[in-house]
Amino acid sequence: MIAAYLEVRDGKIKKSSLEALSEARRRAAELGVGTVAVLVGADVAGLAPAAFALGAAKVYVIENPVYADYSPQSYALALAGFAGEAKPAALFFAATAMGKDLAPRVAARLGVALASDCTKVAVKDGTLEFTRPIYAGKAFLSLRLKTSPKLATLRPNVFPLAESVGGSGETVRLEIAVPEGAIKGRVAEVLKEESAEIDVTEADVVVSGGRGLKGPEAFALLRGMAAVFPRAAVGASRSAVDSGWIGHQHQVGQTGKTVSPELYIAVGISGAIQHLAGMSSSKYIVAVNKDPEAPIFKVADYGIVGDLFEVVPKLTEELKKALAE
Amino acid sequence: MNICVFVKRVPDTESRIRIQHETRTIAEDGLNFVISPYDEYAVEEALRLKESKGGTVRVVSVGRDETVAILRKCLAMGADEVLLVKDGSPETYDGLRTARIIARAVERRLAGADLLLFGRQSVGADNSQVPAMVAELLGLPQATVVTKLEIDGASATALREIEGGMEKVVLSLPAVVTAQKGLNEPRYETLKGIMAAKKKEIPSVTLEELGFGPDELVSAVETIGLDVPAARQAGKILRGDPAEAARELVRLLRDEAKVI
Repeated sequence: MIAAYLEVRDGKIKKSSLEALSEARRRAAELGVGTVAVLVGADVAGLAPAAFALGAAKVYVIENPVYADYSPQSYALALAGFAGEAKPAALFFAATAMGKDLAPRVAARLGVALASDCTKVAVKDGTLEFTRPIYAGKAFLSLRLKTSPKLATLRPNVFPLAESVGGSGETVRLEIAVPEGAIKGRVAEVLKEESAEIDVTEADVVVSGGRGLKGPEAFALLRGMAAVFPRAAVGASRSAVDSGWIGHQHQVGQTGKTVSPELYIAVGISGAIQHLAGMSSSKYIVAVNKDPEAPIFKVADYGIVGDLFEVVPKLTEELKKALAE
Repeated sequence: MNICVFVKRVPDTESRIRIQHETRTIAEDGLNFVISPYDEYAVEEALRLKESKGGTVRVVSVGRDETVAILRKCLAMGADEVLLVKDGSPETYDGLRTARIIARAVERRLAGADLLLFGRQSVGADNSQVPAMVAELLGLPQATVVTKLEIDGASATALREIEGGMEKVVLSLPAVVTAQKGLNEPRYETLKGIMAAKKKEIPSVTLEELGFGPDELVSAVETIGLDVPAARQAGKILRGDPAEAARELVRLLRDEAKVI
């Protein structure tokens, strides 16, 4: 069977975990094996139907007050315990902040290799083959894992959600105790960003600004454009971040985040190679820049050559009209 | 405080990556190799902790002989000691293999470390695996992707980035922490530091000396293919009146791309 770990935040399963479960089911069907899901927490059994709906035959529930707060140490114990009990052929995680923190610990505990941040999973010669970007997307590596279970984290926003099959299944409870004193770290507090903006890696649309913005104020224009879309985030180039115009969590590129939204709008960004690496896998790229020779136009599907301070308000207006229709 | 920092030698971020298809490796000629940028934040954080709390900073890298260049840079920045763990193998992309080497080096050569600092990922393999694996192998707590770190006696408080916010993590030392951009601004080496570092011998240890047998570190990752992505084609460029260009762009996004 192929298993997917379902990450729970604020009492809900993360969308990217449901994407991982969807991919688990597609590849399991190809291999002719079953699909299961795993939930870990203090009170998570009630979330199992969401996994049944996507075709999980079983949902393993590891419930204990000790799992109320996420800790990579305790959750790794839980998932390694699950792997020992259920013996899945593969275990997928979403490559989220939690997935990237947790999956390597589970791999080390099980003594197996891990494929990180995959953008494609295929079945070849009866075995799973993973493709993942390296050098922030300047190259792609396809690999097989010689150890079992095959552990992988899957990049959010890349794998489509499966259609709901409206199924039901079996909930299997596992007791995995955490030895006294084994957990030496804990999450004391989760601090939410006040704006409640979604992360650039999770957005359907990313509106990014660069040096052409000439200062922090112009990011208000980009926020205005992003606000037109239902799931948009504001990104930035390295030079905008290094100039202190916007926080580094917005940075797209090789020392920032790699994004693959449906639509990437680059405003006043020339297109340095390390920036292009981080956004070239976007489905559509739009560039607004006054320099017609800017490298960004070489990768953009659509571009406007012009003064961003004139173009962006007009574009926002037109987008508003189009989306209202 | 006894701090160990782990760094990796990688091509700088301006590098254009080319593939040697027959060996499924990255072509290295013409590339400028540097200390991985996130690792530099880790080194800086270690130096700042040492300056405020006292102690030592040891910097370790696993790699080929050329790796001494980045270790020298760390000495020039102010590290007290460095160690090269000699590993002649090309990039395996197997994080657990590297983690086993580092965990063994910590046990046998770096006793007494209170804090193991890493970059959040190497710029290149982009695995984000090794630090958390080392933590698990050594039974230590971890905080990854950290933008703020405070040490108070035998415990550390770290702010780590998650989607749409931060987690405040409290760890008992010894612990593993990985540095994210924003943690600090790395210093430049001083001329004096560079001159002094030039003269220093770089101590090294082999995998055999760490007790690994010849078959013990076979990569569990089999590279099937390595390629650069298909180049994107330049698309339609609109010029002229901003209002008209904006209207036409939105029409194209709606009717042609069907993305809105």
